[in-house]
Amino acid sequence: MGSNLMTNYFEATAVICFGIGFTMLFLNKNLIKKVIGFNFMDSSIFLFLASNGYISGRISPIITNSSVSSENYINPIPAGLVLTGIVVSVSVTAFLLALTTRLYLRYHTLELDEMIRLSNAEET
Amino acid sequence: MALVQNFPFAAIMLYLAGGVTCCVLKPKASKWVCLVLNMLVTGLMFSVLLFTVHTGESYVYWMGHFPAPWGNEIRIGPLEALMGTAFPLVMTLTLLGGMEHIFEDVEPEKVNLYFTVVSLLMVSMLALVFTNDLFTAYVFVEINTIASCALVMLKYKSGRALVATTRYLIMSLLGSGLFLLGIIILYSITGHLLMQPMSARIQELFASGEYAFPLTVTIGLFSVGMALKSALWPFSAWLPDAHSSATAASSGILSGLVIKSYIVLLIKIFYRVLGSEEILSSGVTDVLFLFGVGAMVFGSFYALKEKDIKRLLAYSSVAQVGYIYAGIGLGTKAGMIAACVQILVHAATKPMLFCTSAGFMSVSGGSRRFEDLRGAGRRDPLSGIAFTVGALSMIGIPLFAGFVTKLWLTRALLSRLGWKLWIGIAALVLSTVLNALYYIPTVSLLFGRRNDHRFDDTKPQKDYSYLIAIVCFIVLNFLLGTCSEPVTGIIETGLSVLS
Amino acid sequence: MKLPRFLAVFLNWVEGEEVFPVPEQASGPFHSERIKKADPKKKPQTPGRKKDHSKLLSALYSALSVIVCLTVILTLLTTVSWLPRFGGDHNPVENEVYTRYVERELEEAGAVNTVAGMILDYRAFDTLGESNVLFIAVCSVIILLRADRKKDGSLNIPELESTPEEKPDDIIFRCAAMILMPVGLVFGIYVVLNGHLSAGGGFSGGAIIGASMILYVRAFGSEKLDKVFTFSTYKWITFAALITYTLLKTWSFYTGANGLESGIPLGKPGAILSAGLILPLNICVGLVVACTMYAFYSLFSKGGFGNGQ
Repeated sequence: MGSNLMTNYFEATAVICFGIGFTMLFLNKNLIKKVIGFNFMDSSIFLFLASNGYISGRISPIITNSSVSSENYINPIPAGLVLTGIVVSVSVTAFLLALTTRLYLRYHTLELDEMIRLSNAEET
Repeated sequence: MALVQNFPFAAIMLYLAGGVTCCVLKPKASKWVCLVLNMLVTGLMFSVLLFTVHTGESYVYWMGHFPAPWGNEIRIGPLEALMGTAFPLVMTLTLLGGMEHIFEDVEPEKVNLYFTVVSLLMVSMLALVFTNDLFTAYVFVEINTIASCALVMLKYKSGRALVATTRYLIMSLLGSGLFLLGIIILYSITGHLLMQPMSARIQELFASGEYAFPLTVTIGLFSVGMALKSALWPFSAWLPDAHSSATAASSGILSGLVIKSYIVLLIKIFYRVLGSEEILSSGVTDVLFLFGVGAMVFGSFYALKEKDIKRLLAYSSVAQVGYIYAGIGLGTKAGMIAACVQILVHAATKPMLFCTSAGFMSVSGGSRRFEDLRGAGRRDPLSGIAFTVGALSMIGIPLFAGFVTKLWLTRALLSRLGWKLWIGIAALVLSTVLNALYYIPTVSLLFGRRNDHRFDDTKPQKDYSYLIAIVCFIVLNFLLGTCSEPVTGIIETGLSVLS
Repeated sequence: MKLPRFLAVFLNWVEGEEVFPVPEQASGPFHSERIKKADPKKKPQTPGRKKDHSKLLSALYSALSVIVCLTVILTLLTTVSWLPRFGGDHNPVENEVYTRYVERELEEAGAVNTVAGMILDYRAFDTLGESNVLFIAVCSVIILLRADRKKDGSLNIPELESTPEEKPDDIIFRCAAMILMPVGLVFGIYVVLNGHLSAGGGFSGGAIIGASMILYVRAFGSEKLDKVFTFSTYKWITFAALITYTLLKTWSFYTGANGLESGIPLGKPGAILSAGLILPLNICVGLVVACTMYAFYSLFSKGGFGNGQ
C-alpha cells in the first residue's frame, strides 16, 4: 500500500464503484441490472478522471481578463475527456437498452440465461 | 509533405463522409458508394505502403495545427501501412462475396444502414491501426464495439443473433471499461495522452522504479481489456455465437478484421507506449503465451465436436487467435513477426471460408447442419474448391498461407529455449493435428454423395461478384503461401521502426 | 396517468414486486396483444419461480461474484494509494501540456473557454470520433426499433405492433411544460452559441434542446411535431451537420499537417464571432445531439418518427 490512499479519497471511491459496476455488468444475469452496472462503472471512471485534473485553490479554465497564467486555473484536459466519455456512455446505454427492448418483446424475460435457452430452443 | 503522405488521413475522412452519406442514400446506391470507397482506399493505402517501404521509415501526421504533446496525431510506418492496405482489401472482397446474402438477411429498408455501419467500422479500424494517441484509440475502440455489434444484430430476424449481440456487447464493454481505466491511470502518472511523450516518461519511471505498481496494473488492464475484445481463449465464450449467427459478410469481417484491429492496437501499445523490455520483465507475455497456447488447443477441440459449419469456423477462429497471442507471448521479434503474419493469413482465409459457407447454405436449403450440407461441394464446385483451399491453409499445408505462420512460429519457438519451446511445440503439433481432424472430414463430407435427392435441383448462385471475390481470395492465399518473403520483410522493418 | 410499460416494469422491479405484470394489464406503447396469441408452451416461467437451479450452484456463483468484485477493488485501491496526491500541483505528474493549453490557447484557438478550445481544436480528432459514436448508436437504435409499415399494413418488426400513443392529460404537467419548454429551448440555443465563451458547448446545449423537445412531446403529444420533424428531416439534418463537421475538420487537419495557414480568422477573444471554427462546429454538434436525443426518445417510446402525412 502506498501512502496516498486517504488523500486520494475521490479516486478510492471511484475504484470501489468501478469494482461494483464491473461485477454487476459481468456477472449479474438480469439485463436491466447489467445496464445499470455499466452506467455505474462508466460514471465511476469519470469521477476518477475528473478528480485527476483538480488542483486545490484554482478556478475553472474559462479565461477571464485578469490573467492568462496557468497558476490560476485547473487542468482542462480531464474535463474534455469526461465530456467525450459521457457521450460514448450515453450512446452505448441507448444501444444496450434498445437490444434489451427487442429481446424482452421477443422472449418476455430479462434474464440472459433464459434468453439463451429460449433462442437455442427456437433454432432447433 | 509529399502528397502520398496525406492518404491515410484521407482514407479515414473518406470513410467518415461515406458512412454518413450512405445513411441518406437508397440501398443500391449505398452499396456502390461503400464498394467504390473500399477499392479507392485500398489503392490509396497501397501507394502509402510502397512509399513507406521505399523510405523504410515511419512518419507522423498532425491532426490539426499542433505538434506532439498538444494535438492529436496519427503515425504511419510500414507495418501500419501494410495493415491499412490489407484491411480495406479484405473488406472489399468480403463484401463482394457476401453481397447477395446481405440483401437477403437484412431488412430491405435498412440495407443502407448496413453500409453505414461497415464504413464507420472501417474508420475505427484504420484509426486504431494508425493512431498515435491513447485517448483517440479509446474513442475509436468504442465506435468499433458498437459497429461490430450492429453488424451481428442486423440479422435480427433470428433471435439468436440478438442474444449473441447482447453477450458480445457486454464482453466488449467490460474490455473497453478496463482499457479506459488503464489510460486514465497512465495519464495520471505521466500527464500525457500521446504515445511518444508518454512512452518517454514511462521509460524514466521504469528506470527510477517510481510508480511500479500502477504501471504493472495498467499493463494488466490493457492486456485483459484487449484480450476480452479479441476473444483470447478463456474470454472467448461470446465469439462462436456472435460470429456464427451474423450474415456471411459480417461473420467474415468480424472474424477476419475486427478482432485483429484490437490485437494491432495491443502490439502498438506494447511497443510504443510501454516499451518491449518492460513488457517482457513484467511477465505479461508469459501469461499471454499460456492463454494463446490454451486457445490453440481448446478452440480446435471445441470445433471437433461441432456439427454446424459456421460455428465450426467460429471455433477455428478462437484457435487461430491463439496462434497470434502465442506469437506475441514469445516476446521475441521472430514471435512478433509470426503474430503479424498470422493476422494477415487469417484475414485472407477466414472471410473466404465464411463466404463459401454461405454458398453451401444456399444450395442446401439454407441449413447449416452437416447432414444437410453433405454433397454441397458437388452442387457448388466453386465454393467447394475455395473451402478446400481455406481448409488446407488453416491446417498448414505447404504452398498455402497458413503454412507461413506455422513456419515462423516454429522458427520463433526454436530460437527460444526453455519451457516455452516444449509447450509451444507440443501445442503447435496438437493443434495442427486437431485442425486436420475437423477440416478434412468436413471437406470430404462436402464432396460426399447424398443418399437422397433432396437438393438435386438446387443451382449455385450465379453471381459475378461472388466469383470475383472467391477467386481473389484463393489467389491471395497462394500468394501469401508461396512468396511471403516481401511481406515478412515489410513486417520486420515495420516492427523495428515501431518503437 | 398510465405509465409506459418499461417504466412500469422498472418501477415494479425497484419496489421488489413481481417483475412481470400480468399481460392483460400491460399498457403504454408496447402494449402487445401478441402475448395472448403466443404459444402457451413457449411462455417462459418467471425467474422467481424457477427452481431447477441447484442451490449450491447459485451460491457458488454469488461467491464468485463477490470474489471478483473484491479482487478488482483491492487491486485498484492499492494502485490508487500510489497515485499522485489529489488536489496537488503534481496531479497529473507532468503539467507541461495543460500549461500550454491554458496560457496560449487564447492566441492559438481563440476560445475563452479552454475546454472548448481543447476538444474542438487541439484534440479535434477525438471529438470528431465522438460525434460519430453518437451517430452510429442512433443508427443501431433505428435498426433495432424503427417500425416501418409495409404495404400490407403490417409492421416489419412484428413485436413492435403497438397501440396508438397515449394522450397525456395532466393539466399541471402541461402548464409547467408550457413555461419550461420555451425557456429550455432558448437556454439550449444560448449554451450552444456561447460554447466558446462560457461553460457549455454543442454537447450540453444540444442535450438541453433535445430535453425541451422531449418535454413538449410528453406534455402535448407528438402529432404536431411529427408533421414537421419527420424521419427524413431528421436524416437530412444529421447528414448535413455531420458532413459539414467532417469537411471543416478535413480542411483544418489538412492545412495543419501540411504546414499551411488555415485562413480562418480567429477574431477578438470574447466576441461571439470568434474562435475560428469552434462556433460552427458547436452548432453542428448541437444539431446532431439535439436530434439524437429526440430520436432516442421517440424510437423508444413509439418506435419511430412521424411519417409526415
